Amino acid sequence: MESRLPRFARNDERFASARTVRTNVMNHGNNQRHIKVLLAKPGLDGHDQGAKIVARAMMDAGFEVIYTGLRQTPEAVARMSLEEDVDVIALSSMAGSHLPFCRKLKPLLEADGLTDKLWLIGGNLPALDHQALRELGFRGIFPTGSKLDAIVDFIREQVK
Amino acid sequence: MNDRARQGTKPETKQATKPEIKPVVNESGIEVKPLYTPEDVERSGGYKLVGLPGEYPFTRGIHRLMYRKQPWTMRQYAGFGNPHETNQRFKYLIANGQTGLNVAFDLPTQIGLDSDDPQAEGEIGRVGMSVDTLRDFELAFDGIDLDQITVSLTINGAAAILIAMYLAMAEKRGYDVKKLRGTAQNDILKEFIGRGTWIFPVEPSIRLVGDTIEYCAEHAPKYSPVSVCGYHIRESGATPAQEMAYAFCIAKAYADEVLKRGLSIDEFAGRLSYNFNIFGNIFEQVCKFRAGRSLWAKIMKEEYGAEAPGSMWLRMIAAGGGGGLTFEQPELNIVRGAYYALISALSGTQTMALCSYDEAYTIPTEYSARISLRTMQILIEEMGLTETVDPLAGSYYVETMTNQMRDKMVEIMAETDAQGGIVKLVSEGIVQAKVSAQAYQMQRDIESGAFPKVGVNRYRNDQDEEHPVEFHAYQEEDARRQIENLERVRAERDAQDVARCLAQVGVDARAGANVMPAIVAAVKAYASVGEITRELVQVYGRYREPIRF
Repeated sequence: MESRLPRFARNDERFASARTVRTNVMNHGNNQRHIKVLLAKPGLDGHDQGAKIVARAMMDAGFEVIYTGLRQTPEAVARMSLEEDVDVIALSSMAGSHLPFCRKLKPLLEADGLTDKLWLIGGNLPALDHQALRELGFRGIFPTGSKLDAIVDFIREQVK
Repeated sequence: MNDRARQGTKPETKQATKPEIKPVVNESGIEVKPLYTPEDVERSGGYKLVGLPGEYPFTRGIHRLMYRKQPWTMRQYAGFGNPHETNQRFKYLIANGQTGLNVAFDLPTQIGLDSDDPQAEGEIGRVGMSVDTLRDFELAFDGIDLDQITVSLTINGAAAILIAMYLAMAEKRGYDVKKLRGTAQNDILKEFIGRGTWIFPVEPSIRLVGDTIEYCAEHAPKYSPVSVCGYHIRESGATPAQEMAYAFCIAKAYADEVLKRGLSIDEFAGRLSYNFNIFGNIFEQVCKFRAGRSLWAKIMKEEYGAEAPGSMWLRMIAAGGGGGLTFEQPELNIVRGAYYALISALSGTQTMALCSYDEAYTIPTEYSARISLRTMQILIEEMGLTETVDPLAGSYYVETMTNQMRDKMVEIMAETDAQGGIVKLVSEGIVQAKVSAQAYQMQRDIESGAFPKVGVNRYRNDQDEEHPVEFHAYQEEDARRQIENLERVRAERDAQDVARCLAQVGVDARAGANVMPAIVAAVKAYASVGEITRELVQVYGRYREPIRF
C-alpha cells in the first residue's frame, strides 16, 4: 500500500493535474489472473473519498490499480485506458454528471478498440439512469450503498 | 487507560466473576466508561477551564447569554440552476423563516470556469448556482435585504473572485461595505484534503486566502472572509478530534500568512470562523466543541498574543453531517438531522445548516429544505433549547470528556507540527492518505456490521425498492440561458476596461501584491470568473494532486 509511482501526466494543459498512482502488483501466490484497473474521477467533481476507498479495496484484492486523481476528461480516460492496457475501466461519479460524461466517453473507448474491456461505474447514480448507463456499455453499475466485496467479486467474475 | 477505568469499581464486589463489560472507545480514541464521578473530572484536569460563557476560555460559549438573547442563525445550503431560480429558492427559504443564506455554486464556478467553457458542459447549474459575472450576483440577490439576511458563500478555489463580486454587488446596491456582514468558506487547505475544488498550487492558494483576509480587514471589517472547515476533513475520514485539530492547524497557517504582512492578530482574527461536522456520538461531538472553544481561545491568546476577546472566539457553523446520513431508508435522515440539530444546539453553535434527508441522492427540494428548517424551528420554539446556556456543563461525563478531547486535539496538533506542519503534510498528500485509510477501515466496519448503522447493517428494508426521493432534473435549457446571459454581458461591457482590469490582476499577481483590489475592479467591469482565473493561472500555475495511498 505504500508504493507511490506518480507518472503519466499527458493530459491537456488545463487539466494537467492528473497524476496516476500505480499500486504494487501483488503476487498473491495463487492462480488468480492478474487484473489491471483504471479508476478515474470523471468531470469536475471533487468528491474522491469513495473512489479512494474503492481503490484500496481493489488493491487489497490484489488488483493493480491506476488511480487517476480528479478532473479527468473523457479523452484522458480513453487514452490512459489504451496506453495502460487495462482490463477494467472504472469511473466514480458523485455529482450527477455521469450521463453526459459517459456519452462522450463511449465513442472514444470504441474508437480505441476498448469495447472488450470491463466498463464499470459507481457513485451517486439514480436508479432511473441505470438502464441508460447499461445501454452505453457499462456492465457494472455500483450505486452508493454497494458493498466493496460486491465490486471486487464482480470484477473477478467478469475478467476472465 | 484500562487500569484507570477500573479504579472506579470496587474490587471486593462480585463484579470480578461476572463477564466483563465490553470496552467502548469513541471514534477519537478515548475510552468511554459506564459511569463518571467527580474523581474522573479531577483526574482529567478538573474544572479549571470550564469558566463562564462569554468569558475566557469560552468553553461554555462565546457569548454570555447565547441563545437566550438570539437563537442560532438558520442557513440551509441552497442554490441550483441559474441565478434567477436560485433567487426564487432564497426567497422561499426566507419566507419560511430562514435567517441566513448559504449559497451553493456549480462546479464550473467553483473551479473558475465560465459557463461557455467546453469543460463546463453538462455541469452548469447542476450542484449549485452558476455564476459568470457580477450580473449573476445582481440577479441572485435581487430583492433580498443584505442588512437583514447575512449571506455565506460556499466557495473556495475561486473565493477571491466571488468575495470581490459579493462586495461589489452590495456596494452597487448602496450598502456600506464597511458594515456588511457575511461569510465566505475560502478554506483552500481543506479542499486539498477533501472536496477538491482547488485551482492554484498550495503556496499561491494560501497567499490568496491571505489577500482576502488582509483586504477585508481594511475594506469590509465586519465580513468573515474565511470559514475554516473541519467538516470536509471529517467527511474524508478524520475522527472528531482530528477534524478540529487539523482545522486549527489550517487556521493557524492562514493567520501566519496574514501576520507576515504586518497586520496585528487583533486586526483580523475576530473575523475568522469555522465550519464543523456533527455526525457520530452525541457526547463526543458536544465535548469536541466545548474543548475546541477553549483550545482555540488559548492558542489565540497565548501563542498569538491576541487581546480582543473576539479574536479568541471559536465562531462556527455546525449541524451538517453528510457522512452520517444514509442512502438506505433516506427518511431516517430526517430523524438523524433532528439529532444533529439538537447536538449543535447543545454545543453552542452560532449557525446551523442541516443536511436535508435527500442529500445522499440529489440537491434538496423545497420540501426537504423546509423540513430541515422546521426541524431547527421546533428546537427553538418547542424544546426549550434556547433558554439556558450550555445546559450539559457540570456533568461528570461531559466535563471529563471535554478535558480528554482537548488533550487529544493538542496531541494531534503537536504531532502534525512535529511532522513538518499541516501545509507540508497536505502538499505531500500525507493527511489525505491518513484520513482516506481511516475512511476505508470505517467502510469495512460498516459493511461487516462492526460499526452499527441503522438501515444499512441493522434493520435493513431490502424489500423497499422505491425510495421517497424526488430528483432534481438537470435543465439543459437553463444551461443554455446561462451561456446566452454571459454572451450578452460580454457584448454590453466595456471591452477595453475589462482588458485593462484583467491585465492589472496579472501585474499585481506577478508583483506579489495583494490581488484583491485588482480583482474587485475587474468584477465591477464585469470581467468573468473564468477570465480572472485565467489571469491568475498564468502567474500561479495549476495545482497538481499528490496521490498517495
